[in-house]
Amino acid sequence: MSLNPNKFIRSISFFICAAAFNQSFGQDLLNMLDEESKKNSDPDYTTATFKTTRLINGHSIETLGAGVLDVRISHRFGYINSGPNELYGLDQAWTRIGADYGISKRLMIGAGRSSYQKQVDAFAKFKVLRQAKEKMPITVTALASMMIKTGPYADPTRVNYFSSRLYYSGQLLIARKFSEGLSMQLMPTIVHYNLAESPNDHNDVFALGVGGRIKLSKRISLNAEYYYQLPSYMLNGTVNSLAIGFDIETGGHVFQFHFTNSTGMTERTFISETTGDWLKGDIHFGFCISRVFTLKDPRKK
Amino acid sequence: MKHYPTLLLALLLASTIESLSQPVYMTRNGKISFFSKTPLENIDAVNNEVFSALNTEKGEMAFSLSVKAFHFERSLMEEHFNENYMESEKFPKSTFSGKIDKLQDAHFDKDGKYNVTVTGDLTIHGVTKRVTVPGSLKVEKGKIEATAAFQIKPDDYGIKIPTIVIEKIAEVIDVSINCSYEPKSK
Repeated sequence: MSLNPNKFIRSISFFICAAAFNQSFGQDLLNMLDEESKKNSDPDYTTATFKTTRLINGHSIETLGAGVLDVRISHRFGYINSGPNELYGLDQAWTRIGADYGISKRLMIGAGRSSYQKQVDAFAKFKVLRQAKEKMPITVTALASMMIKTGPYADPTRVNYFSSRLYYSGQLLIARKFSEGLSMQLMPTIVHYNLAESPNDHNDVFALGVGGRIKLSKRISLNAEYYYQLPSYMLNGTVNSLAIGFDIETGGHVFQFHFTNSTGMTERTFISETTGDWLKGDIHFGFCISRVFTLKDPRKK
Repeated sequence: MKHYPTLLLALLLASTIESLSQPVYMTRNGKISFFSKTPLENIDAVNNEVFSALNTEKGEMAFSLSVKAFHFERSLMEEHFNENYMESEKFPKSTFSGKIDKLQDAHFDKDGKYNVTVTGDLTIHGVTKRVTVPGSLKVEKGKIEATAAFQIKPDDYGIKIPTIVIEKIAEVIDVSINCSYEPKSK
């Protein structure tokens, strides 16, 4: 051995001294508990990828907790380029009043009524995969929604069926929380029209959404959301939807405000029927107030 | 001097054998709950997945829990607890390791209830503090039940409460512990 014996003795005595003066007890037990907790422990699921169940216009992968009721009031003003006479859009307003409910940790339902096109909508949302440390890289949530346009038929002279009022959309929401501050989401989407808008339009519109959030502080995040539609399926005169917004959290409320070129607040109306041009200033200012109520203590079986 | 390494090895070996034969009691589902009381709001949370161990010969005790396993009445509260206060991604565990102060007061070989104090290091939110906690140990039919109640100040552990919610979260949080130990199987 090429060990310098003096050095060896010195280091040994150091360890003995260190052990003698070490005042912390139970460290062995703690190490043992650490080993024990590694055995068949539950996956460490990622939480709070986004602050609420909506990114901006569209859904995020988040679902409500079991027994939680979320009342959401969404408000959208007119285009900000509509001039001083309209107070830059503030004179006009559309609202959607809705309520969502968490049936289980992974399943939620919701419904709402929009003043825009007098729509009633309902949806169901299920978390299929959950991001978990070292086990699953992404969260995947499936969303199915249905919209009913109420009010008079566009063309009363033809034979109209109730089914012509119905629209459907299906989305796969795929997200990853990369870090505390950054989450990204992809949203492949199909919007189905029972009755095509015109003889030249398809019954289905396909789109791929992309969105994300950057946390600016513990309680404020900056969100963005863009839906790219397959050009050959786009409805005449429509453009892709773009929205930029902020989430501000204050205890039981989440306050979201945003800028978007979309007027509608249902999947069909913002994904496939957006007509506003950002560059011309066809931008709506809007906000949403979400208030959650716990109807059931999830700890009670 | 030549025999130093051999001696060291022998010592190490001896200590391993000793630790194997230690009378260690353990639980995987200990319960720790806390309670915050203010005129505006009462908040309580329970963790039923606490790992804890007790060495009856050395009088040492250890606790380890996953912060995310604290469950609240409201899921939004739970999210805020993890996201904003405990920063559970950064500090996933809270631990305690310490020693029973007067081991002679606890007779682990005799059924009965013994009041003790335990002193050790409590780590919450990445901050370690030396604390002394009063509690009791109940020995019954080869099992040991530990109960304790004490208070902690979030501020001591670097947990900042923003002014907007300061009236809803107590300055001092009541913590209670209930663990039923069984002899650890080898």
